[in-house]
Amino acid sequence: MALKGNLRNFSTTQLLNLINLARKTGMLMIYEGIPTGEEDALGEPKYTPGKQRAAVAFKNGKLIYAEMGTQDGNLASVLHKAGKLNDRQAQVIRERASLTSDKALALLLIQANYVTQADIVASVQQHTLDIVYDLLTWADGPFAFNDGELPGDDRITVPIDLENVIIEGSRRIKELETLNDELPNLDFALKFPEDPGDKFKGIHLSVEEWRVVSFVNPKNSIRQIAKANNMNDTEIRRIVYGLLQAGLVELVKPPGMEEKARQAAGARSRKDAPQIKKTVVNKLIDRIKTL
Amino acid sequence: MQTVKMVITGPFSSGKTEFIRSISEIEVVSTERDITTPAEQVKDQTTVAMDFGRITVDDDLVLYLFGTPGQRRFDFMWEILAEGMLGFVVMVDSSKPETFREAKSILETFRAYAPTPYVVAANKQDHPDAWSPEDLRIALRIEDGVKLLPCVALDKESVKTVLLELLYSILEEMEL
Repeated sequence: MALKGNLRNFSTTQLLNLINLARKTGMLMIYEGIPTGEEDALGEPKYTPGKQRAAVAFKNGKLIYAEMGTQDGNLASVLHKAGKLNDRQAQVIRERASLTSDKALALLLIQANYVTQADIVASVQQHTLDIVYDLLTWADGPFAFNDGELPGDDRITVPIDLENVIIEGSRRIKELETLNDELPNLDFALKFPEDPGDKFKGIHLSVEEWRVVSFVNPKNSIRQIAKANNMNDTEIRRIVYGLLQAGLVELVKPPGMEEKARQAAGARSRKDAPQIKKTVVNKLIDRIKTL
Repeated sequence: MQTVKMVITGPFSSGKTEFIRSISEIEVVSTERDITTPAEQVKDQTTVAMDFGRITVDDDLVLYLFGTPGQRRFDFMWEILAEGMLGFVVMVDSSKPETFREAKSILETFRAYAPTPYVVAANKQDHPDAWSPEDLRIALRIEDGVKLLPCVALDKESVKTVLLELLYSILEEMEL
């Protein structure tokens, strides 16, 4: 089933969240948009995919690989950028091993004691993260998720949990407007998910995030948590948005608000709702079945 | 004569009118007008007040289906239509991710109007660009307990399934 759209309607953070929750395997492609001259359902200009800007691969919901259209992503460049190879070494390797796959090159470099396996893993991981953090800030562009597609066997892949990536990505979302859209009501409270599983295992939260987490309780509104932590609306929104996107907390109406809503809805429903009996619903079911 | 009503809501061009047309025993009474703004020119006409369909059960019972206008400038009608509804269906065009945020907003608005059961219909599943119901559930943040059903509004059997699932949810609510 197609998973296509435009980042302006469905952000990279939301896509990562979806891929994480659905434990998807495949390649997320982001393209330059070529205007079609048409408009979408919201009246915005419609774009068709053009040149590839980035490709990010996932396996069972984990980030494993990323490449940026404009960057040289071979292993020599990655290790050079990470400071594991000097200019001279990087140049020699590029010249002499241009036809060698990344995996084969990694083995050669380890055997030659240029780098360790840990150096390679850390460098590739950082390279992947740098690309993903960069594209998290992209606000526009056609995307498509190609189910089941993975990078070639010659590529080095390193599995990275998406929760931390999403949290860090959310830290980088600076637009107050977006945050306001996603979290318009600070009178909602937060709770931990019913089945957090091992979501909290290995999570790296900032001091501010821990302070917010320590106040998570269906009785505390987000506004109250912000006040207790001396945070302004933007700061609390940014932190809560990150925690929500990573699935570490859920929004819940605080008891007072729930009761008010119930009273309002109850008053209306007592006044307006038809007195329906089960037999009526069963009659409707039987009738629709025969249509 | 007892009459009951269900509301079919969702963003502009999500398939509400087609949904009601597929199942109504009468020609759907639509108050449609020609599209005036370029943004809405994906179809020739749009529902400005409501669609109205009917299913007669017997001499004593009739079900009415009301489709809400899809455009925000007519949302003053929504609360009026929501009054006394048995339940509601939120239609989502699965092939237009740009409308998902609006669909979620409409869903929340109707939930606030009345605490009645509802289902979400992932419409246009026959479209090559349609997102799967599983992906839509995550994209729209629909809770696990809420039914999100694949739908093709032009297919009567598909529409029947959505309405039946809503009625089963209503029965379950009564049994709580």
